[in-house]
Amino acid sequence: MICNEWREQFDAYVDDASAERGPDEFASLEEHLRSCPSCAAEALNRVQLKRATRAAAARYVPSPTFRLRIEKSIKPKRKLLWTAAWIPGLAGAIAAVLLVTVSALIWTRHVAHEEAVAQLLDMHIATLASPNPVDVVSTDRHTVKPWFQGKLPFTFNLPEFEYSPYKLLGGKLVYVHHSPAAQLLFELRKHDLSVFITQENQGAAFSGMGQSDMREKGFTVESWNQDGLRYVIVSDAGPTEVRALGDLLKSAARQ
Amino acid sequence: MADYAGDFGSFEDLAMPHFVRLYNFACWLTHDSVAAEDLVQETYMKALRGFSSFQQGTNFRAWMYRILRNTFLTSQTGLKAAATTDLDDERSPEPADELTPESILLARMEMETIQQALEALPVHFREIILLCDLEEMSYQEIGQALGIPAGTVMSRLSRARKAMRTLLIARMEGARQ
Repeated sequence: MICNEWREQFDAYVDDASAERGPDEFASLEEHLRSCPSCAAEALNRVQLKRATRAAAARYVPSPTFRLRIEKSIKPKRKLLWTAAWIPGLAGAIAAVLLVTVSALIWTRHVAHEEAVAQLLDMHIATLASPNPVDVVSTDRHTVKPWFQGKLPFTFNLPEFEYSPYKLLGGKLVYVHHSPAAQLLFELRKHDLSVFITQENQGAAFSGMGQSDMREKGFTVESWNQDGLRYVIVSDAGPTEVRALGDLLKSAARQ
Repeated sequence: MADYAGDFGSFEDLAMPHFVRLYNFACWLTHDSVAAEDLVQETYMKALRGFSSFQQGTNFRAWMYRILRNTFLTSQTGLKAAATTDLDDERSPEPADELTPESILLARMEMETIQQALEALPVHFREIILLCDLEEMSYQEIGQALGIPAGTVMSRLSRARKAMRTLLIARMEGARQ
């Protein structure tokens, strides 16, 4: 092989293309280079020209401003998208907020309700301890009910107690949560029962409670809402007796 | 530098390491810094849009260079450059035997002369020399970047180097006179 034919392989040789051509590809060429000073010099020149070209070609450097512009343009956009991935987290957060809000509301109402019951209980005990427990003393519902006219911003019906074990003792005007209310006093054998009647929206402590009965310091407390009025019975009588009086009052209210 | 995107990173992670080189390559193609910036910007935008269709396991660097080159060839500057290029031109003159450009250049270490010769080369010769000598791409990578077979890479590279040697000789002889 003459030198010009060997030199056709110089490009691949200086580009170190042995990886693509196989490790033994240039064995014969290197053998020739060891014996031919002219080709060896030419091969060396080619290698050096390649290195010089590499150094000379690395010529242009982008400005930092341009780099920032490119980086900004390809940076993933962090959009606040309403994606499916958001829904569980957001729903959880809303549920947590609702839970806290509702719990706080229930707790607030519970505390207010307990305070109101305690207030009525105190009023019931105070009434029994008073030498003048009622302002209007009468067993006649037609006397007691009219007595409240002009004193209360509402009115109520009372049942006929003639054929019941309950005896109406009278009534008086009281204030529950700064709102006027009627307190009626009944007697069942040796037990006394107070019935408090107030406007539902005024007796905020009882609002939304619906019907309930509970035991408070040995006393029975029954409460319900009817026609915008809140009824609360407080007594040391048993729940059955208290509920029976409540039923009578409910029947009368429906008339 | 092998750059096979076998382990898919984000586009930014894969593309930004090539930024400086791509810009340099773009400057050599366009001979204009503003046009080069536009070319690089468009390349990154096209690559970002096409990244979802980029095939895992293929050469990311070659893919980026191919986008940049194709973008350049369809630009005003690229169309003008292509119009003056004859890819089948085999008539590149052989360098004179008595005066080798390498010996002269190595003696004088004139980097500027090499740069001027590169600038004077037709774009298809310039780009293949840059990819091979500067980027040190394998023939296979160059083929992927230019969209040509490896055999064509070798023959075109050979012609490009001959053309460059001729230019260098001409410049050196001109400097002597």
